Amino acid sequence: MSLLAPIAQVEIRERTGESCVADNGFCPSWIADNYDRYVTPFIEHVVLTVVSVSVGFAIAFTLALIAHRRRWLIGPIAGVTGVLYTVPSIAAFFLLQPITGRGNLTAIVALVAYTLLILFRNIMTGLANVPAETKDAARGMGLTDRQLLWRVELPLAVPEILAGLRIATTTTIGLATLAFFAGGGGLGAQIDAQIFFKSNVVVAGGLAVLLAAAFDLIILRFQKRVTPWQRPAVPA
Amino acid sequence: MSVVALLGPFGDAIDFVLHERESVSGGVQVGGLGEIGRFAALHLILSAVAIAAAIAVALPAGLYLGHKGRGEFLAIGVSNVGRAVPSLALLAFFLAYLGIGFTNVAVVLFLLAVPPILTNAYVGVRQVDPDAVDAARGMGMTDAQLIRKVRLPLALPTIFAGIRLAAVSVIATATIAPLANVQTLGEPIISPQIYGGAGQLGAAIVVALITLAADAGIGFLQRAVTPKGLKLAEGSQPRRRRLSVALPTRRERTT
Repeated sequence: MSLLAPIAQVEIRERTGESCVADNGFCPSWIADNYDRYVTPFIEHVVLTVVSVSVGFAIAFTLALIAHRRRWLIGPIAGVTGVLYTVPSIAAFFLLQPITGRGNLTAIVALVAYTLLILFRNIMTGLANVPAETKDAARGMGLTDRQLLWRVELPLAVPEILAGLRIATTTTIGLATLAFFAGGGGLGAQIDAQIFFKSNVVVAGGLAVLLAAAFDLIILRFQKRVTPWQRPAVPA
Repeated sequence: MSVVALLGPFGDAIDFVLHERESVSGGVQVGGLGEIGRFAALHLILSAVAIAAAIAVALPAGLYLGHKGRGEFLAIGVSNVGRAVPSLALLAFFLAYLGIGFTNVAVVLFLLAVPPILTNAYVGVRQVDPDAVDAARGMGMTDAQLIRKVRLPLALPTIFAGIRLAAVSVIATATIAPLANVQTLGEPIISPQIYGGAGQLGAAIVVALITLAADAGIGFLQRAVTPKGLKLAEGSQPRRRRLSVALPTRRERTT
């Protein structure tokens, strides 16, 4: 069975929409027959994105909490993450290879480096935008520094933090299309494999765009749920 | 020992950039300052054309929309859409439907550069202190004068952040231009069968350096064009963040 299945697929491919493929058109029948070749790259793409953004968030969040206490660190951290952000990811994929080898690890390290500035900056902005009166009130109620941070400042910073997470996620999905240069697979490998074939480009590129839109919506829904006080008041 | 192992590939890559050598496939000489210089020149010309065109279109549009307070959905939304469309997908789409060549790649890069410039110009202008605008109107300035003499200078930091963001992403994306037969610095990266691993790494180093230099250069340009009066005021105010991306504001802050 496992031997016969690929042969059967090849035959179907050759039968359906042959002239459309030969003319390099946009071929729905070819897409219907070949959607299976996008499943693995799509999953790779999701994994790359989720792992990179999660690790990036953990690092940026830790850095932000440290910088929130020791203000003098903000400049150096913003400077270093700024340089990491400026180095093109495609260059980073090759610069890292002598150190981390070819594969997922290199792709993820480069993608993580790219998220740090966006996430760090937004977490810091969120914390800085907490109204001074609110903090005063919390202190007046006898909250310690730690309680103030976790119960007042961070909850109020959630919208900015999640706005940063949305930007970081969509950016990472875009950059992960280049991860195949580091041997990391993903939808970009599929685009590159048949870059002049319209049907392929539309499906692989379209999946990346849809993925970005889906993640964006998920984070937005999550934000609505965790910040119920943000719901717009109904005008009287 | 491990330091030597680490430096090995990097040393070889730097040697590739500096000195010609025979290609991996044999027969032709590749690398060296001459060839890398040609790649770098085309890389920069391609990027400069795209960025200049994007500034010419997006900056006036952003300033105007911001000044009128119209088209917020367009000015902000274009960035969200722009971020969601991967540069490789956009390039591939152009290649498959319109073909290869310098013009098509330049258009792709132009499309990448427009959103950050447009959004930041819009946001920068909207963020200008309304009191300053009122004062300028009270002095009898026309709309054109108001944009040029008040809004533009006060929005410069945000506008330049947008241009910087656009320039960095354009120079980065120009690296995949060889997929469309435009021989930028991505050529050794795309064709390792000719240029080898040293070529890939060497080109990556040059691309990274050019991007950092362009980023610093635009920062320098920003300081050069910022009016003296604003620089004086800067000392008393908290410094602007390096790369500010327009963010949805949480709430209108009343004072």
